[in-house]
Amino acid sequence: MLFINLLGVLLIVAIVWWFWLYKPKTSSAESGNLLITVENGVYQPARVRIATGKETSITFLRKDASPCAEALIFPDLDISEELPLDREKIIRLPALQSGSYPFHCQMKMYKGELVVGE
Amino acid sequence: MMDHAAHAKHGSAQQAKTQELLIEGAGCASCVGKIEKALQAVAGVERAEMNFAARTVAVTGTAAAESLIQAVENAGYNATVPAAESDEALMDEKEAADLKYYHRLLWEMTIALLLGVPLMIYGLVVGEMTVTTTGERIAWLLVGLLTMGVMFFSGKHFYVGAWKSFWNHSANMDTLIALGTGTAWLYSMAVVTFPEAVPEMARHVYFEATAMIIGLINLGLALELKARGRTSLAIKRLIGLQAKTARVIRDGKEVDIAIGKVLLNDRVRIRPGEKIPVDGRVLEGRTSVDESMLTGEPMPVEKNAGDELVAGTLNKTGSVVINATRVGKDTALARIINMVKRAQNSKPPIGRLADVISGYFVPVVMIIAVLSALAWLNFGPQPALALAMVAATTVLIIACPCALGLATPMSVMVGVGKAAEAGVLIRNGEALQMASKITAMLLDKTGTITLGAPKVTSVHVINAGEGADDEEVILQLAASLEAGSEHPLAAAIVESAKERGLTLTAVDRFTAIAGYGVEGVVEGKSLLFGNEKLMRERAVHVDEAIRVAQNMAADAQTPMYFAVNGQLAAVIAVADPIKEDSIAAIKRLQHNGIRVLMLTGDNRDTAEAVAKKVGITEFFAEVLPEDKSKKVAELQAQGEIVGMTGDGINDAPALALANVGFAIGTGTDVAIESADITLMRGSLPGLADAIAVSKATLRNIKQNLFGAFVYNMAGVPLAAGVLYPFFGILLSPVIAGAAMAFSSVTVVTNANRLRLFKAQEH
Repeated sequence: MLFINLLGVLLIVAIVWWFWLYKPKTSSAESGNLLITVENGVYQPARVRIATGKETSITFLRKDASPCAEALIFPDLDISEELPLDREKIIRLPALQSGSYPFHCQMKMYKGELVVGE
Repeated sequence: MMDHAAHAKHGSAQQAKTQELLIEGAGCASCVGKIEKALQAVAGVERAEMNFAARTVAVTGTAAAESLIQAVENAGYNATVPAAESDEALMDEKEAADLKYYHRLLWEMTIALLLGVPLMIYGLVVGEMTVTTTGERIAWLLVGLLTMGVMFFSGKHFYVGAWKSFWNHSANMDTLIALGTGTAWLYSMAVVTFPEAVPEMARHVYFEATAMIIGLINLGLALELKARGRTSLAIKRLIGLQAKTARVIRDGKEVDIAIGKVLLNDRVRIRPGEKIPVDGRVLEGRTSVDESMLTGEPMPVEKNAGDELVAGTLNKTGSVVINATRVGKDTALARIINMVKRAQNSKPPIGRLADVISGYFVPVVMIIAVLSALAWLNFGPQPALALAMVAATTVLIIACPCALGLATPMSVMVGVGKAAEAGVLIRNGEALQMASKITAMLLDKTGTITLGAPKVTSVHVINAGEGADDEEVILQLAASLEAGSEHPLAAAIVESAKERGLTLTAVDRFTAIAGYGVEGVVEGKSLLFGNEKLMRERAVHVDEAIRVAQNMAADAQTPMYFAVNGQLAAVIAVADPIKEDSIAAIKRLQHNGIRVLMLTGDNRDTAEAVAKKVGITEFFAEVLPEDKSKKVAELQAQGEIVGMTGDGINDAPALALANVGFAIGTGTDVAIESADITLMRGSLPGLADAIAVSKATLRNIKQNLFGAFVYNMAGVPLAAGVLYPFFGILLSPVIAGAAMAFSSVTVVTNANRLRLFKAQEH
């Protein structure tokens, strides 16, 4: 029983670490032209990095038919757009200060993060 | 970052879509090749074919219209998207995609339930689904493999989604369903394949749970999709207002062309019964137009040469030719659609808590599932292993992050759409929420409560002889005299004479006496027009008319005396008339417990008279435009949540400072920048409607959030088995699947109830 309990506790620790503490890799926009695919419940890549103080655009391509994937919201930037299915949509971003700007679907089940700066 | 080539390859793997662009500046056939080549070089483009005669290019692929336009511009031409068509085309495309997805979900549900339902019935009839004999093992192994087939066919999207999310370090609804059904299936397969590894009492199989849950959740998703479709009916209706074609007069000929091809300054013929295709100004003809679809105003509006027409409204009686002043994405209708769409996707602050919770929700549920399994293993009765598995699975399945996530956006979607139908444009979710909390409403008098244009309201004729004993003669003389004056009241006199078709004559020896009035000679008659002081100074007897003038003043009218050749001929009253529906609207606001105050630059007497007429007891008179915002601040300092209603131009600072700024529009000025809410009807009933809709929406959001919280707060502990020690009840995973599937459908259905709300009744 001790072994099983230990296993359970380890599982909980693993959940906390994997979903909350771990910081995933980011993709960077070099030429200001990032493509994020929306498919199977996730943004791919889900973490993107852009330079500070430069106008940038991100292209979204929604391949996920679920209506959840339809809305794209950058709450801090007051951007809310509809993503058409199987068609690219360019989201223009103003010059931003360093920091982290999350983006998500209407229900926050699809989540991504825009990192500005180093 | 994905490189360019990979990007292109990626795009071409998608279902190709064709979109049309309008090309300008292509003067020769050789341009065709250049434009096509430029477009084909864009990542995601499979094919580009230009129709030189029509100046259009059809582009097939996944590339965004903006990339295509950029490519055409780089090649030295201009390109535009036929805007009006694209909105409708996008809507059709979305509906087609949703319908396809809906059918797929139903099909997946059917397959899953075809296996799940007989298995469940078998379980209920025969009792325990246990594995004891070799024959049972073989039979259940076959069932297990069939279930795997169902998982692959009907549940693939859950497992793939969960897997992708996992590697993305995120977790969502897919994660919970995949874990729940996966655990039940793996446990059952372990029982079938290695029964010795499982205690004898725990040798149950739960294949029916896996199949039923997948079936029920697909059914829930399908129903939710249908209900979601209804939440966007308002925007669909707005898009549907756009005409598809327009009859343009080019080179003297009338030709029907697609709406997207109408250019600025085109002359457009609109016949009776047709929709107005673009915004424009009437050049020829007169008609009446039904603007109710945009402004909520039921009465048709008369339109003559020079008047503005708004795209999407309906031409009723006459045939007119208009000059197109705004086309494509610039029309009032296109901007309304855009604004409503944006507002529908924005969130009021009330939804923030749910957002924060849903951010942590799924991993927390996973932890609770582990803890409840451990609790059952440590303290549960036999078969502890099976019960622990059931409890963990049920916890994972019953938890519904969707209900929480959907609670706010679905209501906002319906509420904002409902408001738009009543001619109320709400800028965002924050404005919607704040409008529901308003305790004090400041109304600007001029242009808001009143029409904003002074008019002659009465001509009281005093028989002075001198050929000036008739109302029309008096007005004609007074207007001829006032034609040279710059005073705002003079404009009202001149306007009134023109409305009656009177011809003005020249005035001689015109003099304006500041603070008193004017004098001059018209048609040989010496005329004097002004206040009582002026008359007394020139020894004109006014005593017999004083009472008349006082009555006029008490009725919020400004009286002026008119004398011909030294004798009083008439008292003419000018007033800014109160809009017909202002009084009822103010009453509605007061009835809803809102403190209504009036604000005006006018003198105290006029302000008091107007306030009395409309039933307002508190007012601020003689307020300079720049001091309006101070009054807003004063009320806020008293602890009021202040709404300010004005025309959006002179009142911009006050509108911006108020907790909610309402701008009275006129149908064409749709999105007034300084306003949180624009009333397109241009009158106060829209204000009461806006507040009623926002209150109803907030109530709906609260119901949804409450329902979603209570569901999860009660459902998760119940699933974990908190009732077991007391009543011996442990929820079945199948029941959990049904509850989960229908919880989100309930939220969307409740939001849809808002569609039945009638603002005018509140």
